[in-house]
Amino acid sequence: MIHAYVRVCCTFYCQSYGAEGNRSMGVPGEDLAGVYSAKDFVGWYNGLPSCRELSPDLSCETAVVLGQGNVALDVARILLCPLDILKSTDITQLALEALAESKVRRVLIVGRRGPVQVACTIKELREMVNLPDTRPEMVAADFEGVQEAVNDLPRPRKRLTELMLKTAMEVPGEKEQERRKKASRVWGFRFFRSPVEVLSDPDHKRTAGIRLAINMLEGSGESARAVLTGEVEDVTCGLVISSIGYKSLPIDASVPFDSHRAIVPNIMGRVQQATGLYCSGWLKTGPTGVIATTMNNSFDTARSVVEDMDSRRLDVSAGKPGSQSISALLDERGVKPVLFSDWEKIDALETRRGEAIGKPREKLLTVEEMLLEARK
Amino acid sequence: MAASAAVRSSMGLTLRLSRVIPDCSTCPFHRLKSCVGIVANSLRNRSFDNFQTINRHLQTSIGLYHSEEGTSGAEDSDDVVNVVYVDRSGKRIPIKAKVGDNVLYLAHKHGIELEGACEASLACSTCQVYVSPAHYDKLPEPDEREDDMLDMAPMLQENSRLGCQITLTPELEGMELTLPKVTRNFYVDGHVPKPH
Repeated sequence: MIHAYVRVCCTFYCQSYGAEGNRSMGVPGEDLAGVYSAKDFVGWYNGLPSCRELSPDLSCETAVVLGQGNVALDVARILLCPLDILKSTDITQLALEALAESKVRRVLIVGRRGPVQVACTIKELREMVNLPDTRPEMVAADFEGVQEAVNDLPRPRKRLTELMLKTAMEVPGEKEQERRKKASRVWGFRFFRSPVEVLSDPDHKRTAGIRLAINMLEGSGESARAVLTGEVEDVTCGLVISSIGYKSLPIDASVPFDSHRAIVPNIMGRVQQATGLYCSGWLKTGPTGVIATTMNNSFDTARSVVEDMDSRRLDVSAGKPGSQSISALLDERGVKPVLFSDWEKIDALETRRGEAIGKPREKLLTVEEMLLEARK
Repeated sequence: MAASAAVRSSMGLTLRLSRVIPDCSTCPFHRLKSCVGIVANSLRNRSFDNFQTINRHLQTSIGLYHSEEGTSGAEDSDDVVNVVYVDRSGKRIPIKAKVGDNVLYLAHKHGIELEGACEASLACSTCQVYVSPAHYDKLPEPDEREDDMLDMAPMLQENSRLGCQITLTPELEGMELTLPKVTRNFYVDGHVPKPH
């Protein structure tokens, strides 16, 4: 209801609230203890209040991450990162303490297709490769034919694939061999595998493993498709993190929403059949891309708005009440918004708390604590 | 018309307001004579909290004060380096800069709309510039982390570099830095869609 009111008060209204939901695997055993969505796991170590009580079980040796995008690599990196590096970041104290007790020593990052189809980008891969006290462990057969395909790839994909090939296949020099021998933690990509079931322990309470279907690739490059071969393989693990994509959720019944693609249907950011309604960011295109992609995406929407103003499709002459009217409504309902200056108080407190222990900030983990500080 | 000009300038305005001391002459509120607050010279060294326009109360603070970098000293001396920015509309903007100036912060100082989303931490590619060929070879080789970020840049060219990684030296006298035109079709892995 509030959305409809806001729209009436403004000349143009742009929704840009991203993708806070996640795609689920849709396999049996997904609800077992020890299975988490990357969205929740990332929310947990980043201090999102709704993820504070996640208490992920880190008592097993092997963790399997499903998905091979940047988020999957972030999860793997946090699971294996040496504590003395983590403790000077703004990771929550809660997560730091849990990771200090963690028994996880091996992380497999599993994808349906092959090395040339990974969704991650080179910066994140390089951070895994360079992670101290870890060594890579991959399956050479997975890289059959990749060296031959590399030269025809566009630059970003080429450099990424070359780094992967080097990490997986190249015989390391003496120094690197020594380093790998001493490493206490292991990570690796596993390709051509799709989850079919999360397997439980005899009491049917906790995760004991995951059953993966073995795929083969039909076609090549971006449009290659994973096709089931009928074979399966079981991997022992106690932690499964599914990182197969975020998903936008509809928040306003009056705004069209394509639930199949999980976006607001639009052309260049303009929502069709709705004057003055626009969208931007992941809500507009789906949850992919890096900062530059999303930035250009928002420039496109802004350009559409400017074009509509210039062509009079958007009528800016009709004075709209704007924020004053919305403030009045909130006031009437006893809603006290948090202003930027209030956020600055929260920011200052978190920064002070962090300074005391050598971190950029120590985050407040509940909305109550945040509001307490904001209202001071 | 004024409203659309304001929106068009808003991107640049956001950059100016959030990062450096605002250059009032380029601010649409100043040009529309609707800036009610006066920014005195004495405030240049402190963060200042607010200035008012017709119906908005804008608050700004200076996060990073780039007094050492990106400042145009403007005296003619041995450490002057003249560079030219070419903005997205093709307009040439000559700048009298200093040895040691950073190309990204220098652009911000002069109201040139070079985005720097990650604040020079090599986590994005939004400050991509095309360097004049004669000067490109005079730059030190990019760090592999810069190359990783350039992979993400739309319309990458042989002479692309990240502005935040370029520091001015006397050899770069006369360097031209062209801002890429923003493109619609941009895929993270470099895929170019077929025209249809």
